Amino acid sequence: MTEEKKDLGQEFLNEVHETEPEAEKSKGSFLSKATIPLLAILTGLIIGALLIAITSPTVWAAFGNSIPKGFSQAWTEIITSYKALFTGSLGDPARMIQSLGSGDAQEIRRAFNPFLESLVQATPYIFAGLAVALGFRSGLFNIGVEGQLFIGAACATFVGYSITGLPAWLHMPLAFLAGAAGGAFWAFIPGFLKAKTGGHEVINTIMMNWIAFRLTEWLLSGPMTRPDSGGLPLSPIIQKTAMIPQFFEKPIRFHAGFFIALLAAYLVWWLLFKTTWGLNLRTVGTNPRAARYAGLDTGKSIIIGMTLSGALAGMAGAVQILAVNHSMALGLSSGYGFDSIALALIGNNHPLGVVLSSLLFGTLRNGATRMMVVSSIPIDIVDVIQAIILMFVAAPAIIRSIYRLRKPKQEEQQVFLSGWGGQS
Amino acid sequence: MTAASEVIQHKHIDDVSPARRVGIGTTEILIALLIFFVFAVGTSADTLTRFVMTPGGIDQGTMRDLIFPSRLTLLVLAGIVLAIGLFQLVKGFGRRTNLMVGVAALCFIMAFLVWQASGMSLNLAGMLSSAVLLAVPITLGAFSGILAERCGIINIAIEGMMLMGSMTAAIVGSLTQNVWLGLLGGILSSVLLALILGVLSIKYKVNQTISGTVINIFSAGMTAFISQKFLQTIPALNRPNMFTRVPLPLLADIPLLGPILFNQNIFVYLMFAILIVLQLALFQTRWGLRLRSVGEHPKAADTLGINVIKTRYMGILLSGVVAGIGGAFFTLGSVGRFDEGMTAGKGFIGLAAMIFGNWMPLGSLGAGLLFGFADAIGSKLSLLGSIIPPQFMAMAPYLITMIVLAGFIGKGQAPAAEGEAYEKE
Repeated sequence: MTEEKKDLGQEFLNEVHETEPEAEKSKGSFLSKATIPLLAILTGLIIGALLIAITSPTVWAAFGNSIPKGFSQAWTEIITSYKALFTGSLGDPARMIQSLGSGDAQEIRRAFNPFLESLVQATPYIFAGLAVALGFRSGLFNIGVEGQLFIGAACATFVGYSITGLPAWLHMPLAFLAGAAGGAFWAFIPGFLKAKTGGHEVINTIMMNWIAFRLTEWLLSGPMTRPDSGGLPLSPIIQKTAMIPQFFEKPIRFHAGFFIALLAAYLVWWLLFKTTWGLNLRTVGTNPRAARYAGLDTGKSIIIGMTLSGALAGMAGAVQILAVNHSMALGLSSGYGFDSIALALIGNNHPLGVVLSSLLFGTLRNGATRMMVVSSIPIDIVDVIQAIILMFVAAPAIIRSIYRLRKPKQEEQQVFLSGWGGQS
Repeated sequence: MTAASEVIQHKHIDDVSPARRVGIGTTEILIALLIFFVFAVGTSADTLTRFVMTPGGIDQGTMRDLIFPSRLTLLVLAGIVLAIGLFQLVKGFGRRTNLMVGVAALCFIMAFLVWQASGMSLNLAGMLSSAVLLAVPITLGAFSGILAERCGIINIAIEGMMLMGSMTAAIVGSLTQNVWLGLLGGILSSVLLALILGVLSIKYKVNQTISGTVINIFSAGMTAFISQKFLQTIPALNRPNMFTRVPLPLLADIPLLGPILFNQNIFVYLMFAILIVLQLALFQTRWGLRLRSVGEHPKAADTLGINVIKTRYMGILLSGVVAGIGGAFFTLGSVGRFDEGMTAGKGFIGLAAMIFGNWMPLGSLGAGLLFGFADAIGSKLSLLGSIIPPQFMAMAPYLITMIVLAGFIGKGQAPAAEGEAYEKE
C-alpha cells in the first residue's frame, strides 16, 4: 500500500504520457501496418487449403495408391475448391468479359452478381465489426453482438410490419433506428452492470446472447408470429414502405444498406478520432486509470461505449431484415456477431480496417457457399480460417518468425481489456 | 517462502462494502415480499403440494412422498428470506454474505416450486438428480477456470475446449466402442487447445481474453466442419456408448441422498473426486502454494526460485484436462451423440460459477449446483404445464449468472496477477 502512494505522482505522469492519442499518427505507412494482417490472411488460407486436403477421403485414397498421386490429388482438390471459392464470390472473369461484349443487360447483371452478393454478405459484417471495434477502442469486449443483432432485428421487424400507412421516407428510417435502439438497449444492460457493479462484460454479454436467442424464439412463436406460419417461429413480412431498396431485380440482392454501412463506418471514424467524446472513449479504453486521474467519468464512458456498440450491432440485424430477408426467422444470422470479433481485430479496430476485413470475409463466406456445392466442403471452414487469421494477427511474432520479418521499432498496440475485477 | 505465503494466506474478504450490504439486503427483502405477495397470497389455505422424493426408475434408497400445505410452506420460506434480508441490511453477514445469498436463492427456488406444484405433485428428487447431472459441466468448467486463474491465466476458452472435447470423445468413443478411450480422447483434444492457449498467452503474451476467443472461434468452426463433413455422412462415427449409472454400494441406499448423489454416472463421481483433490492440493500442499503464488505475485514467486513459466503451463494444461472431462460429459454422460454447439454457453456459466464461488473449489461446486438446479427446473416445469413459457424458464441460468456477477463479485478476490503476461527481467 505505502509503496503505491510514493510513486503515485510519477505514475500518473507516465500514464498520461502513455495515452497520447496523437502517437498513433506516426505509426508508419498503411502498407507497413497492413503487412501482418495480409500475411496472416495468406497463412490462414494456406492452412485452410491443408485442412481441405487432410479431410478429403479421396486424397487419402490417392495417398494409399502412391505418394505422388496423393500430392497431385490434394493439389487438384485444393485448386478446385479455391477456384469455386473465388469465382463464387468475385465472379467468373471470362463470363464477365463475355457478358460485357454481348451487351445483354440481364447477362451482365448475372455475371457480376457473385461480386454484388459478396457486398451483400459484407454489409452486416461491416456493422457488426464496427460494433466490436468501437467496443475495443473503449476498452470493452463486446461478445454480445450476436444477441444485440437479434434484438435489433426483432425491433426492426416489429416496426416494419406493425405500422402501416407511413410513407417510405419515414417508415424505413424509423424501422432501421428501432433496430439500432433495440441493440443499444441490449448492450446498455451489460454496460451499466460493468460500470455500476463491475460485472465483467464478457460473461454478461454472452449471457445476454442466450437470453436474446430465447426471447426471440418466444417472440417469433408467440406475440410476433406470422398467422399462417403453422407454428414455425417466423415473423410476418414487413411492409413495402419499410424495405431498404434493392438496386436490381431478383435474384440480385444488392441494396442501399451497403452504402449506409459505409456511412456508418465514416461516422464511427469521425466520432472516435475527431470528437472529444471519441477521445474520452479512447482514453478510457487505453488507460482507464490515467483517465480517472484526469477526471474523466469512466463509468459513463463504459456505458456510452457499450450502448453505441450495441446500436451498431442492432443496425446489422436491422439491415438484414429490412433489405434482405424482409421477415425474421431464427436462422437470421450465420454467426455475424462472433465473426465480427475477428473482423475488428484483423482491421486493427479501425473503421477503414473493419470495412476492408468485412469485405474479405463477406467474400469468403459468399464463396464458401459455392465451394460447399462444388466440393462439399462445409461452410464452417471459414470460421476455422478466421480463427487462424485472428491468432496470427493477435500474435504477430508468429507471423514474423514464419516470414522472417524484422521486429518493429515500436511495440504493437495491444487492446486493453480488464480482468474480472471490473474497472481497474 | 514466508513472505509469499503470508501475502496469500491473509487474502480473505473480510468485509463487504456498505453499499453492497444494503443492496443485497434490500434485494433479499424484495424477494421475501415477492414470495409473500405473488406466491403465498394467491394460494388458498387448503391446497397441498406433493413432492415425490424418489427419482423415476430407481429402486434403491426410496423414500415416501412429502405432502404439505402449500401456503404455510410459502409463508415459512418468505419468513426465512425476510429474516436473512433484514439481518443483511442491519448487520451484514461479512464473509458469509455469498453463502447466505445462496440460502436465500434456494428458499426462493423452493417457494417457486411449491407455488408451481400447488395442488399437484412434483418429482423433487428427480429434479435434484438431474440438477446434479446438469451441474457437472458447469462445475467442471469452474474447476478448469480455477486451475488456470489461480496461476494467473484468464481462461475464457473453457467453452471451446469443452466443445472440442465433447466431439472428440464422441468420435473416439464410437470408433473404439470404449467409453474410457472416448473420455481420454476428449481430454487430449482439450489439452491440445489448452497448450495453444498457453503458448499464445505465455510465450507470445497475447491478451488472454483474445487468445481465448481465438480458441473458441476455432473450436466452434472446427467441430461444425468435422460434424458436417463426417459425422452427418457416417453415422457410425457419432454413436458412442455412454457411461451408465453406477450405484455405489451402501451409499446408494441412503434415502433421498443415495439416488441423487450416489446413483449417478462416473462424471458425477469424477466431479466430487476432483473437488476433493483440488481443494486439498491447492490449499494444503506446497504445489498449491506455489501455483497460487504465481497467480498472485509472479515476481516474488520467481525471486523465491519458482519457475513461473513452467507453473503457468502446468496450470493451463491441467485446466485443459478438467475442461476435457467436462466436454466428454456432454456426449458420453448426457446425450450419447455430438450436436453442433451442444455446450450452449456452459463453459462461460462455469466461469461465472467460479467467480461466485470466490475462486474456491467448494464454493464453485455450490454455485454449479445452483446453476444446475435452475437448469433442471426449466426442463421439468414445462412438463407440469406452467403458465410461464418454456423459453423464459430456459433463460433462468443465464439471468441468475448475470445477477450473481452483478451482486457478488467483490473487489480483490480474483488472483492479483491474473491476465498479465509474465516478463522475466
